[in-house]
Amino acid sequence: MSTYWQLFIAFFIPGILGYGGGPASIPLVENEVVGRFQWMTVSDFSEMLAMANALPGPIATKMAGFIGFQQGGVMGSVVAVFATVVPSLLLMIILLGLLMKYKDSPKVKRMTMFIRPTIAVLLGAMALQFFQTSYVDTGFFQMSGIGLISFLLMERLKVHPAFVIAGALVFGALFLG
Amino acid sequence: MNQWYLFLAFFRVGILGYGGGPSSIPLVQKEVVEKYKWLNNEEFGNILALANALPGPIATKMAGYIGYRVAGVIGMLNAVLATIVPTIFLMIILLTFLSSASDTPWMNGMTKAVLPVVGVMLAVLAFNFLKKAKVDLGWFWMSILAITSFLFTELLGIHPAILILGLLIVALVKPDADKQEESS
Repeated sequence: MSTYWQLFIAFFIPGILGYGGGPASIPLVENEVVGRFQWMTVSDFSEMLAMANALPGPIATKMAGFIGFQQGGVMGSVVAVFATVVPSLLLMIILLGLLMKYKDSPKVKRMTMFIRPTIAVLLGAMALQFFQTSYVDTGFFQMSGIGLISFLLMERLKVHPAFVIAGALVFGALFLG
Repeated sequence: MNQWYLFLAFFRVGILGYGGGPSSIPLVQKEVVEKYKWLNNEEFGNILALANALPGPIATKMAGYIGYRVAGVIGMLNAVLATIVPTIFLMIILLTFLSSASDTPWMNGMTKAVLPVVGVMLAVLAFNFLKKAKVDLGWFWMSILAITSFLFTELLGIHPAILILGLLIVALVKPDADKQEESS
């Protein structure tokens, strides 16, 4: 089996089984990369994961891009990212295409309505997770201070989140390191 | 020009989204709904629901679909690449040349400080969804659906995809009085 084909398999499976976004696919990637293909040791993997977590952007594609590059150079990187992204994206475009075609039908309008509270709950739960991690990492004072200030900046003063995030990064590098 | 804006919008989403795909959800909403107005909140909600219900990374599914809607297949490629390529580059360079950078305290500090900011953005987005739901469904049904969703996903640990698909099916097959309201 060629490396490219192996890379495709290794990232196609987490991409298609990882419900709940990139972070959910981390153990699946580990299973393929460490368990099945043995490209990395567990400690290599956790070092890579630490870096993937410290950098911005989607986790799954960062892992795919890096492991692909290690195993098969630039082409390997392209193959691994392709396998992660494309299958679920195609599904998404096809299903949303159908939905948008009938978007004026009362049934589709009702779908939108019914789903909204669920989405709110899921987003709220994600928010809670971020606060929880922050509380464990830096304590209540830092968490609520940064949270409150960023809320005021973004929601009251309408500062673009880019500036708020950049500000938080600088603050963190200087004071939370 | 749209291609350039698409690139800018998703470049920002990718480079600012600390904490993986889910943290980029509020950033996508800011760019796509509030700044460039390619979608309204309702469409964004549908896309988010489906992105949640389907497997695979959330950020690339949203970028890909929105890019496709705004500017066709090229737009799709553009948006996905803008989301992922800059950070993949960073990752390869940093891991190849200084594999211990992730252990440096300042880098850890950066990640820690961003967590509450993302938390606030997600909470605000959640609140906006609830507000909109209240307008459409009324207090009563909004609360019922929200509480049920909470019980299912957070307490019983049922996967959100199952809940979302279930709700979609109910909305699809429910033949009831709404129809008369709509036709009258």
